[in-house]
This record gives sequence, structure tokens and C-alpha cells, in this order.
Amino acid sequence: MTRKRPVGALLFFILPFGLLFAAFYLAPIAYAIKQSLYKVERTGTFGPAREVFGGLAQYERVFADGPFWESIGRVLLFGVVQVPVMLGLALVLALLLDSGLVKGRRFFRLAFFVPYAVPGVVAAIMWGFLYSPNLSPFSSVTSAVDLLSADLVLWAMANVVTWVYVGYNMLIIYSSLLAIPQEVYEAAKIDGAGAIRTAWSIKIPLVMPAIVLTTVFSIIGTLQLLAEPAVFRTFSSAVTSAYTPNLTVYSTSSIPNFNLAAAFSVVLALATCVLSFAFLKVTQRGGDK
Amino acid sequence: MISPLKRSLPMLVMGACTLYFLVPIWWLLVAASKSRSQFSNTDPLWFADFSLFDNLNELFSYRDGVFLRWMLNSVVYTGGAALLGTVLAAMCGYALAKYRFPGREAIFNVVLSGVLVPATALALPLFLIFSQFNATNTFWSVFLPSLVNPFGVYLARIYATASVPDELLEAARLDGSGEVRTFFTVSTKLMFPALVTIFLFHFVAVWNNFLLPLIMLGNERLFPVTLGLYSWNTQVNQIPELRMLVLTGALVSIIPLVIAFLLLQRFWRNGLGSGAIK
Repeated sequence: MTRKRPVGALLFFILPFGLLFAAFYLAPIAYAIKQSLYKVERTGTFGPAREVFGGLAQYERVFADGPFWESIGRVLLFGVVQVPVMLGLALVLALLLDSGLVKGRRFFRLAFFVPYAVPGVVAAIMWGFLYSPNLSPFSSVTSAVDLLSADLVLWAMANVVTWVYVGYNMLIIYSSLLAIPQEVYEAAKIDGAGAIRTAWSIKIPLVMPAIVLTTVFSIIGTLQLLAEPAVFRTFSSAVTSAYTPNLTVYSTSSIPNFNLAAAFSVVLALATCVLSFAFLKVTQRGGDK
Repeated sequence: MISPLKRSLPMLVMGACTLYFLVPIWWLLVAASKSRSQFSNTDPLWFADFSLFDNLNELFSYRDGVFLRWMLNSVVYTGGAALLGTVLAAMCGYALAKYRFPGREAIFNVVLSGVLVPATALALPLFLIFSQFNATNTFWSVFLPSLVNPFGVYLARIYATASVPDELLEAARLDGSGEVRTFFTVSTKLMFPALVTIFLFHFVAVWNNFLLPLIMLGNERLFPVTLGLYSWNTQVNQIPELRMLVLTGALVSIIPLVIAFLLLQRFWRNGLGSGAIK
């Protein structure tokens, strides 16, 4: 290329985002790692506190922290059940919308998408009332089965998350269904494939990238579960201050023990990245065959 | 021809799901329209005496109208951050799509890995950094971090590649238009539907962000509406009259987003997933 590179314009385009990204994304990550390597030391019981380098002392505490790993196990269990149910439902609804068997598509699309407009905190408050034994419109169910008991409250939360996000995921899958060229279906029709066969062998493989994307976002979201358990603490004593990893981060930082909370944050962020990255790798390898 | 029998099963599924998604909101609307006494002893799914306006009145006047303040805060945090954040993400993504320069892929990969870093993992370190500058518990401590949207950059790059032809930029250059001017007068028009999608994504993400304000803010007057409702809800057991306020407030808090969704329907209806296909 002979044209001079427009350096000024490039800086104008990239710098504003770049600086903010550096200040509010990269710097916090670096700072969290640094903080997690320090510990607070006191001289005597009532002496002034000062921060000294502690090596991996905080990480030793993280790895020895039983409730934290229990909470990781809990969100993993949550994710293993809730993510497939939610995305399965989203996929079925998207396929039905796309199948031509359904009238009133615009209405359904909107109706399913509306819960996405409800913030997590508000959705949790609302469902908290719907689950309560005496205030619920379904009190015949909720007074017989305590949905807020220790055994069931995790699945009660899973329902809240599912309720909010099915429509959003459905829409992502549905828009990639719309992008499939009609000619692809002609061949299937000539071969005499029915609606279900077409969905299974043509549509689902073609929208796989959208399903992978929604799965990654769902994995990230699950590990970050916070608003729902925070709200449900008011409704159910079964939800402790270490119920999910992010609640642990929050309650540790309000003790306050910032160094330990930073170490929790780092471990959680790493776990999230590793898990979503691993999922991407596995699905990509599957796609190469 | 599709037989009615073949149609009925899918319609049944759609109908059942519609109930699942809409009944809770219907219940909220009904609940918010009832007086405190009727709330617990009338049919939860149907109206009793209509006292929505009394509830709204009480909601907006409670403690010097703090709820209204929360709504305004949310609109400013969310609307401001999403609007400005979309412009910034669009400029960056556009530059990454339309110009070749050393380090381009490196920048893109760093930004892309930012998508995988959960925003909540950043909340605590952000708090620690802001406290170094004595800037926690301020408007800016929530607003500034909310501006950054790496996923928006990713989408903007894809959309810019797909919708802004190089020939057009070349023609603009021949006409003597500067790069920045071309971006704002020509390219943004071509990218407009995509920009609305980025804006919507960003808007919802900030509107839902809970941990950052929870950690950052102590002053009730700075709360976004989600944090405000959360703080009321935690006091419901001590102050029972807050319950009706929480319910009415919950209803009011979802109205702006529902309206935004309805108005911007033609953008999200088909465009939302375009980023996922490529």
C-alpha cells in the first residue's frame, strides 16, 4: 500500500476505548493479583495493621476453604442441570418458531423475550414471593412443597435464571436459523425429510455456533451467580453467606479482608476462563471431524 | 397444507411457555395494584380494589422520594454508559476492521479475552483501586467502569467488516473527507442497526450489574434501582410495610426496559444473533 497510514485517526478511534479498557479491565486484574499476594500483619494484638508480602499465603487459605469449594461444586451442579435445560428449551422454541407450524410468531417472540427486561434482582424478588407458602398464587403447590428449603432452593433459583434467559437465548438461536439460506431446505424436501428430521440433521448442526456461544455465556453467568442467592437470603435461611463463589467474595470483602477476597476473585476468574476456554476447544475439535 | 392436528401440539407448547413467561409479570401487576390488606387475602391473580395509584404515590413519596432518585440514577448510569460505551466500542471495532496496522491482531485478542473475564471478578479490585483515590461511593466509581464493553468491540468489528465496503471508504477519501468524518457521516449510518444491537446488549448488562454498585456504593442517594430494591427487600422482615413498596417498585423498575424493547423491536428481533453466525 502506498497510502500513508492515518495514524491520527487510528489513535482517535482506538485510544478512548483502549485507555478505559486498560484502566478498568487490565489494571484491576493486575491489581487483584498483586493484592492477593499480600497479607495484613499486626504488631501485637492492637498494633497498627500493615500490608506485607505474603507469597501464596492467601491462596493456601483459598484452597483450604471448605465452604468456598462447596460453593464451586454447587454452581457447577447448577450449571450442569440448568444450562442444558435452559438452552434445550430455547432451542426447541426457536425451532418451533422457525418451523412454520406456529401462528403469531411476533407475539411469541416478544412474550418470551420480555423476562429478559427484568433485572436479576427484581426477578429473584418476584419469584421469592411466588415461591412463598402463603403469598403465592400457587399456594396449593408451595404450601405442600417448600421450594425454599435447603434441598430445593438451588433449583428454585435455577428456575429464576431459566425464566429470565430462555427468551434471550432463543432469540440468538432463532436469528441464526433465519440466516440459513432456503436452498438448503430444498434438497431435504426432495429427499423427503420431515420437519423433525430436517430440524435434527440440518438446522441444529447449522446453528451449532450460536448454541456454543450461548453455552459459553451461560457457563460464565452460572459461575458468577450472585443477585439471585443474595436476594434469596431474605426468603430462605438455607442460603448462607458463602452459598455461591461471588457471595463469598462479597462477604469476605465486607469483613473486610481484601487480600483474601482478591485471591477468591482471581481463582474464580481463572476457573471461569479455563472452563469456557475448555468448552470452546472441545466443541471446536468436535467441529473438525 | 398443514393439518390442524399437526399444528396443535406446537401451539400447545407455545401457549404453555407463554403462561410460564408472562404469569409472573401479570401477578406482579396485579399485586402492585392492591392495598396491603387485600394483597394477602384476595385472589393473587386477579384485581381487587384498584389501589395502584395509592401505591405509586406512597412509593414516590417514601423517604423524600428516594425511589425516584434511584430510577433516575439507573437511567443515567445505564443510558449514559450504554450510549457512550457503544460509540467507543464502535470506533475501536471499526478501526480494527477497516485499517491494517501493526499490533492489530494483538489488540483484538486482548480485547476478546476480556469478553471471557467475568465483570463481577473485576468489581472487588475496582473497589480497591478507587479507594486508593478516595473515589469509592461516588457516581463515577460505578459509571466509568460501566463504559467498557469488550463484547461490543468484537461485534462492532464483525459488523463493520460485513457492512462497510472498502470501496466506499476509498471514494470518501478521494472526495477529500477525513477518516474521522467518514466514520461519523458514512460508516455509522451503515452500521446503525448493529450499533443499536450493541447498545441494547450493553444497556441490559449495565442495568443488571449488581455486584459493582453493591461493593462500591454506601450512600443510598447514589444507588441504582436494583440495589435500592434489594436493600428494601432485605429489610422486609423488620419493616413489613416495605413489602408493598418493593412490589410496586419492582413493577416500575421493569417498565423502562420493556418500553425500550418494544420501541427497538425491529432491531433486536432479527439482528440480535448476527454476531454469533460468523
